[in-house]
Amino acid sequence: MALKILTEHINVPGIKTLEVYRQYGGYRSVEKAVKTMSPDDVVEEVKKSGLRGRGGAGFPTGMKWSFIDKKSGNPRYLVCNADESEPGTFKDRYLMSNNPHALVEGMITSSYALGANLSYIYVRGELLYVIRILQKAIDEAYAAGYLGKNILGSGYDLDLHVHPGGGAYICGEETALIESLEGKRGNPRNKPPFPAVKGLYQNPTVVNNVETIAAVPWIVNNTGDEYAKIGIGRSTGTKLISACGHLQKQGIYEIELGVPVEEFIYSDEYCGGIRKGHELKAVVAGGSSVPILPAHLILKTANGENRLMTYESLADGGFATGTMLGSGGFIAMDETTCIVRNTWNFARFYSHESCGQCSPCREGTGWMEKVLYRIEHGQGREHDIDLLVDVAKKIEGNTICPLGDAAAWPVAAAIRHFRHEFEWHIRQPQEATQPGAVYREQVLV
Amino acid sequence: MSGYHHTTTTENLPTEHLNPVFTSENMAEVQVILKRYPEGKQKSAVLPILHIAQKQWGWLSSPVMDYVATMMDILPIEVYEVATFYTMFHTNPVGNYVLEVCRTGPCCLLGAEQVIDRIKERYNIHEGETSADGMFTIKPVECLAACGFAPVMQIREQYFEHLSVENIDALLDQLAATDPKTIGYVGNMPVDVK
Ligand SMILES: Cc1cc2nc3c(=O)[nH]c(=O)nc-3n(C[C@H](O)[C@H](O)[C@H](O)COP(=O)(O)O)c2cc1C
Ligand code: SF4
Ligand code: FES
Repeated sequence: MALKILTEHINVPGIKTLEVYRQYGGYRSVEKAVKTMSPDDVVEEVKKSGLRGRGGAGFPTGMKWSFIDKKSGNPRYLVCNADESEPGTFKDRYLMSNNPHALVEGMITSSYALGANLSYIYVRGELLYVIRILQKAIDEAYAAGYLGKNILGSGYDLDLHVHPGGGAYICGEETALIESLEGKRGNPRNKPPFPAVKGLYQNPTVVNNVETIAAVPWIVNNTGDEYAKIGIGRSTGTKLISACGHLQKQGIYEIELGVPVEEFIYSDEYCGGIRKGHELKAVVAGGSSVPILPAHLILKTANGENRLMTYESLADGGFATGTMLGSGGFIAMDETTCIVRNTWNFARFYSHESCGQCSPCREGTGWMEKVLYRIEHGQGREHDIDLLVDVAKKIEGNTICPLGDAAAWPVAAAIRHFRHEFEWHIRQPQEATQPGAVYREQVLV
Repeated sequence: MSGYHHTTTTENLPTEHLNPVFTSENMAEVQVILKRYPEGKQKSAVLPILHIAQKQWGWLSSPVMDYVATMMDILPIEVYEVATFYTMFHTNPVGNYVLEVCRTGPCCLLGAEQVIDRIKERYNIHEGETSADGMFTIKPVECLAACGFAPVMQIREQYFEHLSVENIDALLDQLAATDPKTIGYVGNMPVDVK
């Protein structure tokens, strides 16, 4: 059995209660940190662990923490990003609803490291039932003296609250999330200044994903060096992968970083292969924003090496032949999938979710959606494919926040690897728009 | 996004929207929430408070939003802005059940579009419309973070997973026969429809 850090006890009956959670070693990291370590010691352990942000960008957590402005003397905040809205991603919901104390414990230990006395967990509004579960865990933690004034007699004070969003993908972007938490529309801010200097209420703030925070207690209990031994190279530790689409066993899997992609898809320990009678066509490996790869490139790199579930291996070959680990939202598609339709669907998503602040994103996402819609519906024009590539290029890198890139990449990648499907839709519209019609190799004349 | 027209007329509003006031239970919850934010930063509470308002009134009419603004001591526009930005808030009247069916990629790989089409056909309605009996509003939404249990639908606080054209009719029959006040509220965990 593979090592489990985040989900080791997740199926223990009653683990949602503080009592059972403690029987399984819960809250030890709080004791250890506030009684025997300085905040900087905790930051140091997290640095040594090599832990990288699990929200999508993979930025080293310890380094991010060391950027927080401790000199100004202004109040500091830790905000947990539980907005989980990236299509294909459903790991944080699972962790929070089935093991809420793991996040609460992580928030306390991490807040201590940052010197935050007030912290928030920003949960996407749709998950109101999860918010109630978290609130219960927080109430229990207050009652047991892990939260509030003078935690475990250490002199450290912390208040922790959950805050619901209202349904807006963009609020997963950290500065939009901060705006939203201030009670405003979720419009991303221009950076700099970065949140570590001016974040929530213009004070120094760290925003971290649920899974990132939930890994901190293990690191504090077992040391950063031990954590760094798990995984491969700069991809240390374990990662939750939420697997969906045309798989035998969809679900949430905790893997040690470094598992071969082929093993992840086909072995019984994980997804158990593609659904019966079908074969793998393509994978979106890290949530809808990352480039789609055809089956042969997700299983092996362009050099013929086995592709591994690590930040580096998935990115091998750059965008020409590689992709990204992203949030771990692993979407598998079999041969019944129409790539054009799927690309249009994602384009509609980004167009719908654009906050509208910058014109390349606001106009470009809408434009791509329209062009993809007409190709999918048999009204495509010969030059539409180049038009899409051109629009995607004009969005990329020209926007306030990365949603613009996230909208451009999937379109560019689909065309890069499946251009023939787009051509088929344009050249054979009668065939391509039959209900359920999907491009097959022999169809293109 | 369809916005409620903020005219001053209250002609067609149900009576509970005229001079709205939180129930004492909801007001107590609001008071707890307001204390979660630092002094002077109470505006932060607008999203949680709007959720409570929507729970009480079903949708956010302008008198309800004005009431929230007055209560929080912020401008009405600050509430309208937020209510229209976030997709969970209904700024127009809705049916007893709002069927928020996910329409994003992973759910579509497993038949979400067919489920949405079946609901529209069954009630002869378009997206955003309400069935003639006032029971169901169909509102396709984006990814609900439950893609591994696709296709997925949300009704208020409750998730319904593994929908299909085969099981959606039976589920809707069952909902139509159930007191809407018992579905999708506090404590309802996700349901596997399969
Ligand atoms: C459009 C957009 C949506 C995002 N959505 C999420 C999200 O739902 N959850 C998340 O943790 N990070 C999300 N991120 C990444 C955050 O901006 C931020 O990098 C992350 O929360 C940092 O935490 P980490 O370092 O622990 O990963 C999103 C970013 C963008 C640009
Ligand atoms: S890139 Fe798009 S989502 Fe991001 S700030 Fe600009 S308009 Fe808004
Ligand atoms: S795509 Fe439907 S829940 Fe994610």
